[in-house]
This record gives sequence, structure tokens and C-alpha cells, in this order.
Amino acid sequence: MTFSHNVPIPSSSPRLLMQGVRKRFGATLALGGVDFSVQPGQVMALVGENGAGKSTLMKVLSGAHAPDEGRMWLDGQPYAPRNPLEARRAGVAMIYQELSLARHLTVAENILLGVEPGRGPLMDWGSARKTAADAMRQLGRPDIPVDVPVGRLSIASQQLVEIGRAIAVGCRVLVLDEPTSSLTSRDIELLFDLVRRLKSRGISIIYISHFLEEVKEVSEVFTVLRDGRSVGSGVTADTPTEKIISLMVGRDVEDLYPRSNRTRGEELLRVENLAGDPKPLAASLSLHRGEVVGIAGLVGAGRTELLRTIFGLEAVRDGTIRIGSYFGPASPRRRWAQSMGMVSEDRKTEGLALRLSIADNTTLSKLIGLGPAGLVFPSRQQAASAKWIQRMGIKCRSAGQPVGDLSGGNQQKVAIARLLHHDVDVLLLDEPTRGIDVGSKAQIYRLIDELAGGDASTGRKPRAILMVSSYLPELMGVCDRIAVMCRGRLGLARPVAQTSEHQIMTEATGAAESTCAPDAPGAPGQPATIGVSE
Amino acid sequence: MTAIDFQSAPVEAAPVFDWRLLLKRLGPLVGFAFVFGLFSVLRPRLFLSYGNLQIMLLQTAVVGTAALGMTMIIIAGGIDLSPGSNIALTTVVIAVLLQWNWPPFWAALGGIFVATLVGLLIGALVIGRFGEVASGILGIGTFLVLSEYFTFPLAVAIPAAVVLLILCMLASWRFLPRVPISSFIVTLGLWGSIRGVAEQVGGNSTVYPPHATWLNELLLTPTGDHWWWILPIGVWMTIVLAIIVALALRYTKFGRHIFAIGSNEQTARLCGVNLNWTKLLIYTIAAVFVGIAGVLQFSYLTMGDPTTAFGLELNIIAAVVIGGASLNGGEGSVFGSMIGALMMTAVANGCTKMGWQNSVELMVTGGIIIIAVWLDGLRHQRAG
Repeated sequence: MTFSHNVPIPSSSPRLLMQGVRKRFGATLALGGVDFSVQPGQVMALVGENGAGKSTLMKVLSGAHAPDEGRMWLDGQPYAPRNPLEARRAGVAMIYQELSLARHLTVAENILLGVEPGRGPLMDWGSARKTAADAMRQLGRPDIPVDVPVGRLSIASQQLVEIGRAIAVGCRVLVLDEPTSSLTSRDIELLFDLVRRLKSRGISIIYISHFLEEVKEVSEVFTVLRDGRSVGSGVTADTPTEKIISLMVGRDVEDLYPRSNRTRGEELLRVENLAGDPKPLAASLSLHRGEVVGIAGLVGAGRTELLRTIFGLEAVRDGTIRIGSYFGPASPRRRWAQSMGMVSEDRKTEGLALRLSIADNTTLSKLIGLGPAGLVFPSRQQAASAKWIQRMGIKCRSAGQPVGDLSGGNQQKVAIARLLHHDVDVLLLDEPTRGIDVGSKAQIYRLIDELAGGDASTGRKPRAILMVSSYLPELMGVCDRIAVMCRGRLGLARPVAQTSEHQIMTEATGAAESTCAPDAPGAPGQPATIGVSE
Repeated sequence: MTAIDFQSAPVEAAPVFDWRLLLKRLGPLVGFAFVFGLFSVLRPRLFLSYGNLQIMLLQTAVVGTAALGMTMIIIAGGIDLSPGSNIALTTVVIAVLLQWNWPPFWAALGGIFVATLVGLLIGALVIGRFGEVASGILGIGTFLVLSEYFTFPLAVAIPAAVVLLILCMLASWRFLPRVPISSFIVTLGLWGSIRGVAEQVGGNSTVYPPHATWLNELLLTPTGDHWWWILPIGVWMTIVLAIIVALALRYTKFGRHIFAIGSNEQTARLCGVNLNWTKLLIYTIAAVFVGIAGVLQFSYLTMGDPTTAFGLELNIIAAVVIGGASLNGGEGSVFGSMIGALMMTAVANGCTKMGWQNSVELMVTGGIIIIAVWLDGLRHQRAG
């Protein structure tokens, strides 16, 4: 509680008060006792790194998750929503970065979805239109027609409809989660005007953003979350940006990241001026054997797109990718053949076939050498993956068990085991430790180190690893070099010793005077979609 | 948190007896045994006679053979509504070829070939090769119009058709983006179109071959010198094909890729599986089995009939689903599908033997499909 004494304590009771909120998912402690309060008509910025617990806290607030411990009050009344609808009726509304509108329904239908006025089963259309038009007028946008399907509106207007939905049911607390992520700079200004207007009407606003310059502009007070705890709060205007960043980052690197002697070998991957559709924008990068290169940046900066383009999952618009001595068309199939493998950031929808067995998932990319005459023997598949189950300590009943039965950490180890079964030289790891317990994280860090170091006993040469992560301490601990990506642009990869979490955060949030500012030349009409996901 | 030793991590690598897997494999069998046992008790003389058991196997052969292809398609997450129509087309084509005095073997092969072309067409549309399909159809159409209607010699009609085909193909590559269509829609459309083609080919009526051939005997109980075959050759064909497909699904790369695509197409792509090629192959091979089922149907009818096998695709899908396949893909087995096909036959046959009306049979069959899938879902929920 570094700054809590700075918060002005008004005489009235707070609009929203959260005390000692704890939430645990399996082995992961998402919230370890958060205290949080907002006054009526106040704009509170909630900041923190990816994974700090912001989303979880807001899900507790909006009734999507029930807290394990802790209590909440709304205007002095105990508040414990059992689901998002109850929260909405109590006056707590969330605007997520992914808008939750029904694209085919009209503005009016969306605004009144779930709270339709009517007599019995009949919908009262007149009253619905009036309520919707009222809401849009309050937002200062009476020009948006309420009878148009929202799919035809611009993203900025759709966001207004979503806010209108909150206003129409009489909201007291409005949560804006990365609201500027897909807006142009002009729309951002309009949004800020709207925030001030809502504030003057006494609505409390919780503003979540990675962009500290936005936080400085729009909020009065701020709270910093780190590792699921509130570590500081204060008056935004009185606190230098530097101070907020160090509160977000301030953590010692633990003995989690082993680092053996790595010898840098030949270049295995060279990317020059790579452009995708729409991201990345002219990315250049070089990756050598025996080194781990990290790509830092905010979610949505284009890091995932960069890896996917390299791996042939997204189309190349411009630029070249060279793997060893190979140029030419890219497809996942070719990449595997060129001894490159990738771990997807999304285990459940892309990385793993959850209903298939561990053995099937591990061996899918390389079903050769598992039987005579090109046949695939399930017993050989299981034997092949049993080796990796043993080596990586995957907790399971047998290699034939469906991957969906395993915990997140063990699932992730299966996803990585696929690359080891294939015995690739270049590993592309996208958020390899997202959502997994700290024990599995430690194993994966150690594995990465072993892979980059090579194995003298078997004569296995060191491998090259390109890793995307939103968790800075992990990048600092694991990588040899780190490049920062911001709004589609990839910076220069710098040795870890020559950079700091502070500097990376500054570059990633666009606080630095760099090419990354929203209106930087070269990126016209290309607002990066930036956001959190935890 | 300090460094963790991989080797010392607790691992239970020894395979444990997986009763859930066993239940999954045996579930359809238990259901079949129940239905079979019920009719055996109720009508032991009629239902359980040697002759009736043979008849049931015969009745299963057509659905069972077509269900082999359907099993592959459903495991891969697709669906095929065209087999009924495709079987009708096959019988008509065989009859017409026999009228042209083709030898029976080649006539049957010709029928299977046409069915396979239909499968290729489905596969091509599913993976978004609309331009190629349209060009092909245009080329064939041009050839038919030139040679049949305008009676141009083949030396003119063939080159003209080929040139047009190539031009259209090039134009489609240049201008048409690839838009995949869901297999449900593709085969819903072809469900009608193929039957239309069958009626066209058959001249809007049944087609009688000029004389009986050995094709008519595929589903006859062997007698005389061949008595030791015990089962009709058509039933043996189904059994052998089922074993081949079961082994292929389990022991080949192609088979593992089918499961991977059905379970999670994104993962399959990430792992370098060639999605388009695999899907094209699935629908084409499935159509080969439909063609073989068509040969058996012809053998049963001893003529080509464009209206035959109407709605049979639903029995085929039901057999596969009763056998434990999931319409979401990733699950299913040949063994299960065969049991499912037998179950469909046993219910129909048993109802007849009970002396029930066709209306009762329809109600009972529908109920059994729903109950079978409900039980399967129940087991899933318990397990998960």
C-alpha cells in the first residue's frame, strides 16, 4: 500500500468497495486479497501487467466468477452477484474489449437485450425504441439510428451502443476494459469526452488500460495490481508515469530461471521486412542456434501474428523469411520439414486436439518411424510419447489418456513434447506458460534452457528458440535477447543485460518517444488492437 | 521455487486398464445384444431361424458398406447426405452399361467409377474448388451437347470440350477465390441433383439389363459346390472391407489424420496435416464404398432403379451414430458402425416378425436412434 495515504477520502461512502477478494483457479492464485474502492463520479484507472489479475477482478465484480473470499459493497449495500445479469441489474456494467453485441440485431434490440419492455410475452417496441433513443441521446450521439443492425455501424459506434446498453438499465459502475484498443485516435478523443460526461452524471468508471498516457489523461485516481494483489494506489495527476511503471513491474527475479552456458551458433532463422495482413509491419529479426530470443509487447501488438506468419499459418504480404538456406513458400507442413515447430498460444482451440490421446497429440506432426511400411502402430505412438511423459513429468494415467483430461500445465507440456518428438531445431513458443501453475512454469523454463544449451551426452546440438510472452520477468529470466513489439512494429532485439523491464514496459506501452505512437507515420489508419488477456 | 528435477517427477506411465474405453467399444454391442435378445425371446422360431439370420446379414450389407465411408466422413467432422441418391445412380449406370453389352465385371466397375466421381465432386466443393468443379461440369456438358445433340464426331467434340475446360479452369484460378462450403450443404444439394442425373440416365424409369448375370447372385446364399462359403459373397465383401477400413483408420497416417481433423482441424493444420488433400481423399474413398454398396443394391434389385434407396442415407448416418460416432467429429469406429447397421436391420426385421405394421416399425426405429445417442451422451457426462 505504497500510496494509499494519498487517496482523498471523501465523507460519503464509496460507490464500490471490495475488500480482501481472493480467487484461486486450480493451482493458480489469480487474486490474493485485493482491496479496491471507487467513489461516485470518479474515474479510477486499474493498471497492471498481463496476468496481474485485472480481468479476474473485474469478472468477480461483474458476477462472472464468485470470489473464494472477500466481500463487496455497492453504495453501502452488500453486493454479491451470482451472475452477470444480476450484476447488470444492480447497476454494474462491463464493456469488454471484445464487444458483446448481437451483430444481426438492431441498436434498440441490443440495448434492451434481456430487459425488453413489454406486456406479458409481447414486446413493447415503441417504448423500446424510446428507451434506446434516450440512451443514445445521453451519450451525445442522437444521430445513431436505433433501427439499424449494429453490424453495419463502425467499431466506435458499436462501442457506444454497448455503453448505451449500460446506461439504459441505469448503471452506477461502468467498467471499460481496454476501450481504445480498436479505436482511431479521433474516436479515442470522443470516448474520453464521453467518459467525462458520464462522470459528471455521477457514474463511477473503472478504466482498464495498458496505455499509461491514456490513464494519465482520463483518470483521477489509479490502483496498481501485481500478481493478484493491489500494490498501490494514488492520485493520477500527482504520480509520475515512471512511478506507476515501477509499481507494475517491481519484482525480483527469483531463482526460477536456470541459465546454463549457451554457445551461439550459426543463424537458423532470418526474417527481413516481414509484413503480414495487417500485422506485423516490416519486422526484421535473426535467430541463431543456441540462443533464446524473446518478443515482448502488449497483447494485440502483433507478436502472435509474427510467429504465425513465420510458421506459414498466415499469409506473407511482403518481406522474406529464410530458414537455414531455405527461401520460398511457407506452410506449416514445410516448416515442420525444415525442422521448425510451433506451440500455439491457444491450447484449447488450436494447440491441442483435446479429445485425442496424449500419444496422438505428441506424434501428429511426425507419424513416421512408428511401424513397418509407413504404418502407424498405436503401441509405438504410445511408447514414443511415454518417453516425453517421463522426461517432462507429465502427470497422466497413460499415454492413451485424452489430453483434455489433463491440467493446463500438463497440457502445455504435451504441446511442447510434440516439438521434441519431431526433434526440431527452431522452436516458436507463443505464450508457453500462459495460465499454468508455477511448478509447470519452472519445468518449462528449465526445459527451454536445456534445449538452448544442447546435450553433450547425446551430442544433440543446441536449438534456437523464439518466444513470445506477456510476462516480462519470464522473458528477462529466460531470454538472451529481447525485442519489443508495439502496434505491429518490431524493435531491435537487445541483449537482456542492456535492457530492463522498465525500459521494455515503456516501449511496449508507447510511453517512449518511438515509432510506436498511435499516429506514427507509416501506420496510417492502422490502429493496433491492444488489449489484455489473462 | 527452485529448479525442478524432471526425472524425479512422479509419473504413472504404466498403462492402466481403461474401463471407459472398453465401455465405449462395447456400448453399441450391448445395445444390439439387448434388441436381438428381446426379439429372440419374443419370436424365437421366426426371428432366430438360420434363414432369417442370413436375411438380416443380407439386408445389412448395403447399409453396412456405405456406412464404412460415412464413418470416415463423420469422424473427420463432416456429413454426407448423398449416398442414397448415389446408390440409385450406381444401379442405373450398371444396368445401362449391361444394356451396352459391357461384361458384368466392367459394368460394376463403371458404376463404382461414376459413384467415385460424385465423391470427388463433393470433396472438391467442400475444400472450396468451386471453379474446378464448374469447369469440369461445363466441359462434360459441352462434350455431351456437341456429340449427342449436334452429332459432331468425337475428334471434334473431345478437343473442343477439353479446350473449354482448360480455359474455364485458368479463368477460375485467376479470378475466383476459394470458398469452402460445408459438407452438409454440398451433399444436401447433390442429394437431389444426383437422383436427377440417375433419372436422366435411366430415361425416367427403371432400367432392365438384357439378361441375368452373376452380378445378381452377390447376395444369394451359396449352394452346390460353394456351400462352404456359408454367407453370400456380398456379405463377405462387406466384412473384408470393414476390416480393411478399421485397420486403415487405426494403423495408417491417413487414418490418424482423419481423427485429428475431426477432433480439431486447427491443430491438424498446425501440425502440418494437408487438410485439403486429406478431405478430398476422404470423400472420394467414401464414395468408392457407396459405389460398392450400389453394386450390392443392384444385385438385390437385379435392375437399375433411379428411385431406389430413397432416404437410405439417414439409415446409414443412424448406423454410424448408434455405433458411437460423434457428429462433432473426432469419434467413431468401424466396429461400432457395423453393429449400428446390424441393429437397424434387427429392429426392422424384428418388427416385421412381430407382425407389427410399418408405422410401428418407423416409430420404434426412431426411438432407438435417439435412445442410443442419449445413452452415449449420458456415458460421456458421467466420464467427463
